[in-house]
Amino acid sequence: MIPGPFQFHRPQSVADAVKLLSTLGDEARPLAGGHSLVPMMKLRLATPEHLIDLHGIGSLKGIRREGDTLVIGAMTTQHELVASPEIAALVPIVKETSLQIADPQVRYRGTLGGNVANGDPGNDMPGLMMALGARYRLEGPDGARDVDAVDFYQGAYFTALEPGELLTEIAIPVPPSGHGYAYEKLKRKIGDYATAAAAVVLTLSAGKVATCRIGLTNLSETPLLAEDAAACVIGTTLDEATLAKAADLARAVMQPAADGRGPAEYRTHVGGIMVMRALKRAAAKAV
Amino acid sequence: MNDMTITRAEREAKLEGMGCKRKRVEDIRFTQGKGNYVDDVKLPGMLHGDFVRSPHPHARIKSIDKEKALKVPGVLAVLTAEDLKGVNLAWMPTLAGDVQMVLADGKVLFQNQEVAFVVATDRYAADDGINAVEVEYEALPVLVDPFHAMDADAPVLREDLEGKTEGAHGPRKHHNHIFEWTVGDRDLTDAAFRKAEVTIKEMISYHRTHPSPLETCQCLCSFDKVKGELTIYGTFQAPHVIRTVVALIAKIPEHKIHVIAPDIGGGFGNKVGAYPGYICAAVASIVTGRPVKWVEDRIENLCATSFARDYHMTTEIAATKEGKVTGLRVHVLADHGAFDACADPSKWPAGFFNIVTGSYDFPTAHLAVDGVYTNKAPGGVAYRCSFRVTEAAYCIERAMDILAQKLGMDPAELRLKNFIRQEQFPYHSALGWEYDSGDYHTAMKKMMDTVDYAGLRREQAEKRAAFRRGETREIMGLGISFFTEIVGAGPSKNCDILGIAMFDSCEIRLHPTGAGIARMGTKSQGQGHETTWAQIIATEIGIPADDIMVEEGNTDTAPYGLGTYGSRSTPVAGAAIAMAARKVKAKAQMIAAYRLEVHEDDLEWDIDGFRVKGLPEKFLGMKDICWIAYNAPPPGMEPGLEAVSYYDPPNMTYPFGAYLCVMDIDVDTGVYKVRRFYALDDCGTRINPMIIEGQVHGGLTEAFAIAMGQEIRYDENGNVVTGSFMDFFLPTAVETPHWETDFTVTPSPHHPIGAKGVGESPNVGGVPAFSNAVNDAFSFLGSTHIQMPHDFWRNWQAAKALGAV
Repeated sequence: MIPGPFQFHRPQSVADAVKLLSTLGDEARPLAGGHSLVPMMKLRLATPEHLIDLHGIGSLKGIRREGDTLVIGAMTTQHELVASPEIAALVPIVKETSLQIADPQVRYRGTLGGNVANGDPGNDMPGLMMALGARYRLEGPDGARDVDAVDFYQGAYFTALEPGELLTEIAIPVPPSGHGYAYEKLKRKIGDYATAAAAVVLTLSAGKVATCRIGLTNLSETPLLAEDAAACVIGTTLDEATLAKAADLARAVMQPAADGRGPAEYRTHVGGIMVMRALKRAAAKAV
Repeated sequence: MNDMTITRAEREAKLEGMGCKRKRVEDIRFTQGKGNYVDDVKLPGMLHGDFVRSPHPHARIKSIDKEKALKVPGVLAVLTAEDLKGVNLAWMPTLAGDVQMVLADGKVLFQNQEVAFVVATDRYAADDGINAVEVEYEALPVLVDPFHAMDADAPVLREDLEGKTEGAHGPRKHHNHIFEWTVGDRDLTDAAFRKAEVTIKEMISYHRTHPSPLETCQCLCSFDKVKGELTIYGTFQAPHVIRTVVALIAKIPEHKIHVIAPDIGGGFGNKVGAYPGYICAAVASIVTGRPVKWVEDRIENLCATSFARDYHMTTEIAATKEGKVTGLRVHVLADHGAFDACADPSKWPAGFFNIVTGSYDFPTAHLAVDGVYTNKAPGGVAYRCSFRVTEAAYCIERAMDILAQKLGMDPAELRLKNFIRQEQFPYHSALGWEYDSGDYHTAMKKMMDTVDYAGLRREQAEKRAAFRRGETREIMGLGISFFTEIVGAGPSKNCDILGIAMFDSCEIRLHPTGAGIARMGTKSQGQGHETTWAQIIATEIGIPADDIMVEEGNTDTAPYGLGTYGSRSTPVAGAAIAMAARKVKAKAQMIAAYRLEVHEDDLEWDIDGFRVKGLPEKFLGMKDICWIAYNAPPPGMEPGLEAVSYYDPPNMTYPFGAYLCVMDIDVDTGVYKVRRFYALDDCGTRINPMIIEGQVHGGLTEAFAIAMGQEIRYDENGNVVTGSFMDFFLPTAVETPHWETDFTVTPSPHHPIGAKGVGESPNVGGVPAFSNAVNDAFSFLGSTHIQMPHDFWRNWQAAKALGAV
């Protein structure tokens, strides 16, 4: 439980961080909250020679509204998401989900950027960002580019980030007022990753589902957008038969691993249950 | 003369003696972060040792190359089995009569086994050194399933035992067999089964788990070459035993070994035995001439130091149609891992598992236990229980529910029908124990009245009907547990560790101003001895508990004792404390008689001093007696006021309790909710009710963890898959249910203050209550027994297998 030797850097700007990352190459890792990287280093499963600590970069913090978009700096902590009045008013599901990440101590340190950029399928935010249609700003030696959350994840710990690139911002389109939302997470205990979790954002029109997006956490190598499941509820009142159908369509895209949380069959089954519960609760909140 | 304006009640309250909810004095330092644990102890020039561990569960070691490691800056030495052979310490004796490799000698027998010990100037360098040691392994076939340990073609694990047909506990039937231990009358029991109107048979497993104390196992060894003395600071539940064992195996004279157990952050049985880390740190200190510290990390603790349980109990009960039990037959397959390192009294290879007849009047019983080797970590410690009592209680409490189900009888009614009756105590059980005291019917009925047992059963019937009608997806279970423990090892007639009788001790020394110090052979790891031991003394000799300093854990100053585990402290040391206090009091009485100018027999004890019978104004308080004892003792009497007592108990004590768990389970997800948990404990005389409640809360929380998910699990290749707190279930305050505690008081007739011990009762009684609740919830769907642990996915699998999903 003792990490190997490494060099510690604390750049003061994104440009400096990107420069360090691109010149030091594969042996450099950016350090945000450290809740994934540091334990891996202590187990020597990760042995970066250089740690680029991002805590010195003020511009990576904060939440601001730009028109219909909420822009969140990558180094904004989960605690700051929980405490933010803008988040609570405009995208309350981000608050609800943040509160299901680990425990208060972790949330004081853990960041939104670290959570979405690490590519860990167990992280709660990526599936939610897919459901919200979020975009990530990636800055690299050749400038900045935006990638949709749904296109970002390629495999466990594999993402669209190119060498030298840093995820700097998360842009969330503000959902329409009156939207319904729910993040249903089944976990073994506080602090655990999801056995299965589903994020639902929907709108109703005349009592029927008008729009719906469903994100899934820890049910495959990457977070998932359950598109068929979401499509099948449009125009319905979410009757029991529709819910069951949505659960089955969502299950069809799940490929969870067997682990201490249960065999794949169980995790797929409860994944469907989480989808049904999230749909029901989201609809109940929508106006 | 005492101030007569102070009432008797005020004098009594000032003592904070037995029965007082005295706040824990040790918490003043613990809550301020001022405890002093092994890892807080730092000595000049101290080095750090750490282990190279095997990634293989079973492999031959082809070579170990230290060269690169020795070149790592800061690394001073790398020890292997070859080095230890030079001092005859490559292997060490276990408490169970087996031997265990200190460092892998030729082969490894479990994943994470200690292979080499790297000594360096700091922990970072030590870990760098570990990564630079090159070990070449040749993998061997792995034996994981104990049920296949004695197959004809099972791999030979212990080559050192090749050809040995006799083990420490009798004949060995197979190369992976350790012992067979039998108790009871086989013929009579077989006859009872032949005549039985009703029988049940079930294989009831108690899975492998781990005590996982917050503080891991650790030590700091310092060898003084000039004096030839070895000082060991360590996380030892039994410091004196460690000293004696070190003297015996390291051939250092016992007076030149100083063992100090400072504050300990939980033990739960994990810190009873001796581990390779202790031996390696000691040898490394002798080799380098500098202090060497070894601190286990969490993964090492879970994967390598002693596990608990892993008992597979095929259980049969014979009974009449009316539900009167007539016989019990149990066969246990005990998975001991690679070495038999059970921490039991030496003559008891399966501990006190023969308490398995439980609280019931079985006319006959027979028990056989087969211990086997597998490619798993060694251990088999008593995780918050007296030796194998938890396994026994789980076995019988689960089996009684299964019998009730077969008879169509309520499990509470079945228990009431078969309890040992109050007038039968002292009761001689069919498997050889003498239960000291009990009043089971009273406790059971109090539990049933308090929780409205009949009302809960009615609610359950309604919920089951609603489930069948498809109106709910939730099922409800009621888990009863009525356990009898056997604690207080123990009487020298049947208990020793490596020949050391299991007495315990106390020394009390009062100072001239009426304060004092008391030392014991026990060692608190969180039990609150500094608080409760002083309370016993306060009541016995009238000195306020606040004026008694309790000190444990230093073998140079404490009287010899066997330490703290198996709920033995109160039954054994608690008795020694009372007896030592009574010796002090007897001398105090002689002093008082002389001073008050009466015969000793004319004095009566009155809270905090002696009073002349019939002359209430003639009183001499203990505080004054202390001064007189030193400065003006009666002619011919030695000055001073102190006493030592070594107590060899005449019998064990038998605490008991009635628990009820009310649980709801969502069949769609397997998620359970403990709606209510009621725990009635009878531990005899209660010394500190608040500490008892704390012990019950802690023990129930551990029981909850074990029953509902906490396990050390190996995959089919022998890899540990629960090696961190991510997967090893340790509940937080969020998961932990609310606990309701209650009590009855049935004092032990043979204990000087009637106390029995309570620390482990809630773990012993809690596990069957949780498991019975789960099993009871599913029983109406047609299941008889579902194995622990009952985590969410297993509950769902059970529901699915029963057609409920």
